[in-house]
Amino acid sequence: MHINPIPLAPGLTRRAALLGLSAAFTLGRASLALAAAATERRFVVVILRGALDGMAAVVPYGDKDLATWRAEIVPPAPGQPNGLLDLGGFYGLHPALSGLHDMYKANELAPVHAVAGAYRSRSHFEAQDYMEFGAEQRMTSGWLNRVAAALPASGSETALAVGASVPVLLRGPTQVGTWLPQGGGHPEPDLYARIAALNAHDSITGPAIADGLKERGFSASVLAGTEQPGNRNAFPALAAAAGRLLAAKDGPRLAALEIGGWDTHTAQPGRLNGPLKQLDDGLVALKAGLGDAWSKTVVLTMTEFGRTVRNNGTKGTDHGTGTVAFVLGGDVAGGRVQANWPGLAQDRLFENRDLQPTADLRSVAKGLLKQHLGLTDAVLAKVFPDSASATAMHGLVRGVA
Amino acid sequence: MEQRTAQALIRFGLGRRGAEPLPTDPAAWLAGQLDGTDPACAGPSAADGLIAFRQDNADRRAIKQGDPTAPQPTRVRDMFRADALAMLDVALTTPTPFRERLVWFWANHFTVSLRRGEITAVALPFIREAIRPYVNGRFVDMLFAVMRHPAMLMYLDNASSIGPNSPAGLKQHRGLNENLARESLELHTVSPASGYTQRDVTEYAKILTGWSFEINYNPPQFLFRLNAHEPGPKTLMGQTFDHGAAGGIAALTWLADHPWTHRHLATKLVRHFVADDPAPADVARIERVLRDTKGNLKAASLELTRLQGAWQPLAKLRSPMEYVVAVLRALDLPADKRPDLNGVMGQMGQPFLNAPLPNGWPDTAADWAGGEAMLRRVDWAYGIAGRVAAADPDQLAADSLGPLLQQATIDQMRRAGSRRDAITLLFASPEFQRR
Repeated sequence: MHINPIPLAPGLTRRAALLGLSAAFTLGRASLALAAAATERRFVVVILRGALDGMAAVVPYGDKDLATWRAEIVPPAPGQPNGLLDLGGFYGLHPALSGLHDMYKANELAPVHAVAGAYRSRSHFEAQDYMEFGAEQRMTSGWLNRVAAALPASGSETALAVGASVPVLLRGPTQVGTWLPQGGGHPEPDLYARIAALNAHDSITGPAIADGLKERGFSASVLAGTEQPGNRNAFPALAAAAGRLLAAKDGPRLAALEIGGWDTHTAQPGRLNGPLKQLDDGLVALKAGLGDAWSKTVVLTMTEFGRTVRNNGTKGTDHGTGTVAFVLGGDVAGGRVQANWPGLAQDRLFENRDLQPTADLRSVAKGLLKQHLGLTDAVLAKVFPDSASATAMHGLVRGVA
Repeated sequence: MEQRTAQALIRFGLGRRGAEPLPTDPAAWLAGQLDGTDPACAGPSAADGLIAFRQDNADRRAIKQGDPTAPQPTRVRDMFRADALAMLDVALTTPTPFRERLVWFWANHFTVSLRRGEITAVALPFIREAIRPYVNGRFVDMLFAVMRHPAMLMYLDNASSIGPNSPAGLKQHRGLNENLARESLELHTVSPASGYTQRDVTEYAKILTGWSFEINYNPPQFLFRLNAHEPGPKTLMGQTFDHGAAGGIAALTWLADHPWTHRHLATKLVRHFVADDPAPADVARIERVLRDTKGNLKAASLELTRLQGAWQPLAKLRSPMEYVVAVLRALDLPADKRPDLNGVMGQMGQPFLNAPLPNGWPDTAADWAGGEAMLRRVDWAYGIAGRVAAADPDQLAADSLGPLLQQATIDQMRRAGSRRDAITLLFASPEFQRR
């Protein structure tokens, strides 16, 4: 790795002011990294770390087999109270994603469904690494850093990461600094809950951790995930800051945002509301922060894999394969769901458990990099090595083939 | 990793450092660490600390008198900071972690605390000069070194204790300070179980009058101030000791090998290394070794490693210091990535060298397992896990805990949504809290 963390302690206040964040800001599971390039085009990747259940975010309510597998966790149909937000009669957005629904109606959002990376592992860490390396083997840089290297260099020095470390996606020769707000944050309630469960049977640490959480005011419902106090504002605040920085004339042009909380093994309907709402608020804030530059921006959200089609015995879902990626921006050919829908009949499921992937995540990324940033096929082959089988997806950006 | 290897690394050591080579014979590995001299004895001396203290005071006076050329009085502080960093470095990199644990044990047994601010100048030299050379030597020699050290003489006020009938006492109308005498009996040697009385404390304080140091000597050093020494023989617990420095030496010699001292030390050693409630048979074995060897600490320490209880499942809760060091050793961070130990230890409720009282830090799980205290470990672990996002959680777990790693922890780690969460779960697991 060629990361040279910039010592930022003296500039802490300046950084906080630059980002428009209060001194008390804590990150939770959100982070932001930025890189510069000499282009008017902006490109943002949002990593949903922990595996988003794509079938919960964009629900194929028109698929007759859906209720067979997961009736317990599907929101009501469009038009009903707290029902899905319709996307043209077959798919519906989760009700927490109202901001994205507005963008869909403005033809600025195109969900890409039944998508997955090349790697068929159900290990979070490996899958995240390969997704961010953009390769089927370990690399010394992430694919977004290689994109930065391929673009004309700019004189701007606005390259920084807000978080404990730079995500793999943006690691590499192109310099990215790090800045961590004071305190470093606390675990989210669900991680506390897992730690409490792991210690529950220990005669010393079990009662201690349970007492400690109680003293800190964590109710049973918070730990069970049916209530989400946590830090609801971290991701929206970072996304708004990213928007403002990207909009600036001499600002950065590439951004990697991340938001966690997707690993919904239990009580998924309650647990997913919070992260989805934060994602929605954040993408709306990103758009607002970009202002006029939104028309020159493309955003891609991606997650390491999807989740099982069947819900498990605790109203959650386990690690799966196919999921959804969102493509949005002023220039995106939106207002439609991009999918070669595989269906949910039993013989259509991947390994009899997961949504069968019919699109490669690298194809989506390559399509955007080609059509939006103008990268050539030769450059794309370097950004995503050994990806000849994953050809650039067509028609994602308006007016470009 | 063999079960016994993991036990040796964690119960008697400071936790495995990264993926360092494993000892092939755990018992021999432990025993070998007690041979020879402590490799970590180099560093500023108490004399260096006292000279810095003296110079800081002179600078303070000069600043007060308006001297614009006077430097800021930061010599002691700077020396302490560098020395504390060096001690952390030893803890994280030492090839003799059992020996280091014994150093910590004895330093806590003979606590000096920065709660007395002036101790800062000599606290770490105290560990280096009065503790380290003797953890594999004789208890009586450690006791001599402790009782003659400026840190202890300052911390428990003996430097200013004056025999009321000594020339200095008669002239200045000042008298005894019993602080060191009391703690020496209660905490360092025979313990209250031996049945000493207030009269014994007073007599012992008289024996120790004159045990002081002179900061203005070059170098500053221990000094027996005959003119502050209470005249005449004194009787401590039925034993009569002569007037003068020789009487003190005889009293310390007698106390060091008192059967109640052996029992007290044996109980504390077994409690520290084996179980919060030491088995009487285990205590008796260590006590016997101390008696038979006239307080040979190497023999007693080796006997600890032979106790059956020492190879039972780990039951002790790591203290905050042991926990932090174990996490940092597991991660094997380079020197420039390590957190500031002073800051971390304050946050964890065990500020570095800052025990509230002369009895030092407590040594049972009940003392450390408060709810908020445990959550601070979790929060700190989460913070440090965020800085090592490239580490492989499975490998880290296997390397650091080996066969002690529980399936429930592996399962929770595999289900974690990020490396950071997985590493946090490892460090927040019940087995990682044990030693």
